[in-house]
Amino acid sequence: MNAVFYVSALIAVASTAMVIIERNAVHALLYLIVSLLAVAVIFFGLGAPFVAALEVLIYAGAIMVLFVFAMMLLNLGRAATEQERQWLKPRMWRGPGILAFILLAEVVYVLTCVGWPAPAGGVVEPRQVGAALFGPYVLGVELASLVLLAALLGAYHLGRRTPPSEGGGP
Amino acid sequence: MVTVPVEHGLMLAGVLFALGALGVMVRRNVVFTLMCVEIMLNASGLAFVVAGWRWGQADGQVMFFFILTMAAAEVCVGLALVLQLHRRFQTLDVDAADKMRG
Repeated sequence: MNAVFYVSALIAVASTAMVIIERNAVHALLYLIVSLLAVAVIFFGLGAPFVAALEVLIYAGAIMVLFVFAMMLLNLGRAATEQERQWLKPRMWRGPGILAFILLAEVVYVLTCVGWPAPAGGVVEPRQVGAALFGPYVLGVELASLVLLAALLGAYHLGRRTPPSEGGGP
Repeated sequence: MVTVPVEHGLMLAGVLFALGALGVMVRRNVVFTLMCVEIMLNASGLAFVVAGWRWGQADGQVMFFFILTMAAAEVCVGLALVLQLHRRFQTLDVDAADKMRG
């Protein structure tokens, strides 16, 4: 079981290094998603299944899709189809695909050989997390909702298409 | 369950954080900068979860939840800024926006 931790940690570090090295933003995103999935596997191994699910759903799911949307918006108009054809070459998927496959093999190994739920204990159940979240930390939850509302308004304000007379670059 | 020493988990978080900080410093493309900020936030969340696992408490996961919320808010505003930058300067280079006017 410890090997699962170390292999996931290696995958996380390697794919994060690839994010920094990679020249193309979409390829870097693929590696970033693999890095987040590796961290999710580590969370699962550390007895935090709720956080592991959040990591996959919100980080690797929602936030990364937001990045992809933004990049697609940036590329509108400019020879975008040719660029996309170049991005989607099969060999670009090989690196992230292999790393993600190793992670999948780890998860299958944990589910089949070690078993879930773990008998040894040490797992912090989602029930405990929820009780803590809406017990002593309820003020934090309210503040988080305010932060999200402020971010929503800020993104709406910044994302507006300003008329050409107002502002405009040099 | 994993029985690795807690220092290894914290070390992993430190390495990921350092990689993210390195990326923020060396990359000039603003999208990459945002991605590296995400890596750093994720690494700090990993440190919280490792600490919570060490004492078997839910507080680390609660802190991860808050970090996740903040990361979502940050990336939302950040990508809006990226779109605005691209609209005004037709580039994603952060150095293009180093003049504080308009």
